[in-house]
Amino acid sequence: MSGNVKAWKEQRIKDKVLWIQVPGELDHHSAERICREADALVRERDIREIVFDFSETVFCDSSGIGMLMGRYKMMKALGGTVRAVQVQERVSRLLMLSGVMKLIPVEAKQGGMENEQK
Amino acid sequence: MNRNEMKLEFDSISTNEAFARVTVAAFMAQMNPSMEEVADVKTAVSEAVTNAIIHGYEGAVHKIMISGRIEEQQLFLEIADQGVGIVDIKKAMEPMYTSRPELERSGMGFLFMEAFMDEVQVISQPGKGTTVRMKKQIGQHGA
Repeated sequence: MSGNVKAWKEQRIKDKVLWIQVPGELDHHSAERICREADALVRERDIREIVFDFSETVFCDSSGIGMLMGRYKMMKALGGTVRAVQVQERVSRLLMLSGVMKLIPVEAKQGGMENEQK
Repeated sequence: MNRNEMKLEFDSISTNEAFARVTVAAFMAQMNPSMEEVADVKTAVSEAVTNAIIHGYEGAVHKIMISGRIEEQQLFLEIADQGVGIVDIKKAMEPMYTSRPELERSGMGFLFMEAFMDEVQVISQPGKGTTVRMKKQIGQHGA
């Protein structure tokens, strides 16, 4: 319930990389919106990679897993890639349990803030 | 004996997924749970409520009921809908299975419920609805 709407404003495209700030709580409600908007951008623009920034995400359920797997399949079909960065421990556990880590590179959250992307 | 009960009824719209899990988290606060236990229960509730919204009512707006009961350090939850029900419960609970592949469901809802709760029981009748019963012992982390 923590500022989902505002968090989703945070998306940008640079050098064919779509960067998405995942909201604090990633459930069916917020995942659906991210999928819709990300898919529209991938259709309209030449995107080679989607980077999901999980630095603010403290809650995630299987809908978030569905979101990642769906974007992975879509980008793979287009010859692109998907990554998850700044993933906190709780979310990391879910990604591990679901097996999504075998498909998508996942980087744990470090001390510093988003120096991941140029 | 430490005992408490609550009932919650709300519309099957996706904004209520967060409402439901946060309310259940508040209810269990009196059990003095660890942060991990709260996160486990929140995930399980979110899965069951999402299932009721997407599969039970197939997007139509009806009521979802949650009853919660605390008995000493045991938390009992029931999440019920009066939706389409499940024909093959065993199949529905298989990891990776989804009845709605077009919706990009991961098929891991029941897997997560079972991973984070001690017991998960699904009672369903086609055309009548589905009830998910879950139980979790709180305070296993050692005082």
